[in-house]
Amino acid sequence: MLALDRVSKTYPNGVHALARFSAEIRQGEIVAIIGGSGCGKSTLLRAIAGLDRASSGTVTLDSEAIASPHAKIGIIFQEPRLLPWLSVADNIGFGLADLPATERREKVARALERVGLADKAQAWPRELSGGQAQRVAIARALVPQPEVLLLDEPFSALDAFTRRDLQDHLLDLWADTRPTLVLVTHDVDEAVVLADRVLVMRPRPGRLFDQIEINLGRPRDRNSPLFENFKRSVLTSLDRSLDRSVPDRDATQGPGQAMWW
Amino acid sequence: MISDAPVLQQSSEPAEAAAKPSRLSRYARPMLGILLPLILALGWELVVWSGWSNGRLVPPPSRVFATIAELARSGELLRHIAATLWRVGLGFAFGVVAGTLLGAISGYWSLARRLLDPTVQALRAIPSLAWVPLFILWLGIFETSKIALIAVGVFFPVYLGVMGAILSVDRKIVEVGRIFRLSGPAMIRRILLPAVLPAYVVSLRVGLGLGWMFVVAAELIGASEGLGYLLLDGQQLGKPAQILAAIVIFAILGKLTDWLIEVGSAPLLRWQDAFGRAKET
Repeated sequence: MLALDRVSKTYPNGVHALARFSAEIRQGEIVAIIGGSGCGKSTLLRAIAGLDRASSGTVTLDSEAIASPHAKIGIIFQEPRLLPWLSVADNIGFGLADLPATERREKVARALERVGLADKAQAWPRELSGGQAQRVAIARALVPQPEVLLLDEPFSALDAFTRRDLQDHLLDLWADTRPTLVLVTHDVDEAVVLADRVLVMRPRPGRLFDQIEINLGRPRDRNSPLFENFKRSVLTSLDRSLDRSVPDRDATQGPGQAMWW
Repeated sequence: MISDAPVLQQSSEPAEAAAKPSRLSRYARPMLGILLPLILALGWELVVWSGWSNGRLVPPPSRVFATIAELARSGELLRHIAATLWRVGLGFAFGVVAGTLLGAISGYWSLARRLLDPTVQALRAIPSLAWVPLFILWLGIFETSKIALIAVGVFFPVYLGVMGAILSVDRKIVEVGRIFRLSGPAMIRRILLPAVLPAYVVSLRVGLGLGWMFVVAAELIGASEGLGYLLLDGQQLGKPAQILAAIVIFAILGKLTDWLIEVGSAPLLRWQDAFGRAKET
């Protein structure tokens, strides 16, 4: 279990990014964190990843405190962040340097197969499309088999079709080993497609505002009325978190355009 | 989306057609560069040959090559080339080692940068030739002062290149290293070194260019052998053909050594070379 206990973060410049955020995330659960800009969702993710230390409060994974990057926690960023001097295969194997070469090659080959890029094994990262590069980043993060995978707006730089593809693909990959997924997003559609539970954050300072359980089986039909219902309740909660009036939202924005920045 | 497709196809056809002649011009293009000097050389050769000019101060190419051939036959040329190459090689080596070490320290460690960099920058502001009298006083007129001067010339671009490259390594990529919990040495070996390499190669090439510049200065000051000596000797004895011969050989050696760095580093920079190729066409 991933436990966040009153995690706060104040940056040296005085910005109060995160205030006493507490949540418990079960092993294998998919949690989406959503909120307006400046609500500290990326700060929270970086604290879980051990990249930045929280000013106070604790992050624990199976009662082990996380203060620096941990072998059981992987992360996928908004950009693929592939190393341009390594081939696609070597990028995927980057976190497996401790394994013997044959075992590493085997795992990389399997991962390449799994993300559908077996023919790109020897390509350089710059030869990939945005979607392919993000697939490689997903494979790189998953191949050491983390217990927790963090995703920081992983598909926001991709076009709508590729984004949908990768969301489905991510769920498919998740089913292999069922790691815990913590996904930061500002795309309501994405949150409802992927998550078991949506945490809505409220900005300045960032804190937990609301939780919405998405009780939908998988695979989820993005066009079903039930799906729309969940989307509406997340949107309503977001609106309330930003102290906005609710009704005009549905009038101005059609389905599928529910993007949040 | 659907209506876009035929438009795309149409526009790609002329592009493919245009790619064919450009493949032809890939071989023709270097030839184009040679054309102008070739015409000038041949023109001057004709002017002198036809007697319009005696070519005493500006000897025609044939006389310059004759001078090179003569120097080569007597073994003089090899001796001078060896002396100059030895000085450049040694000075370059010292300059590169010092520049790389100090540049890496300043780039990697911010306290060292604050301590070291202002001094280095102040020294850099001094025209390097201003050191000549001091180096001669300290190190004597012979080899040591020359090599020191060349090393100073090579040091600054390498130092700046290494430090700048380390400072500009993408934080986002360093974070990838942190996520995979690389140790300090592993972070240097697997992230920083490869990230810095392209800029490092550029700084080596700039440094080498300066090395060639300073070897001329050093050899003009006082030497009994070397290509710079050939220059000075040609001036004092009124032999412009010998001066031009030395210049031609400088050009060839400079280009050759630069090419060696380029070719030597190419396998390590394969990941980015298609970018350069794309820019060329």
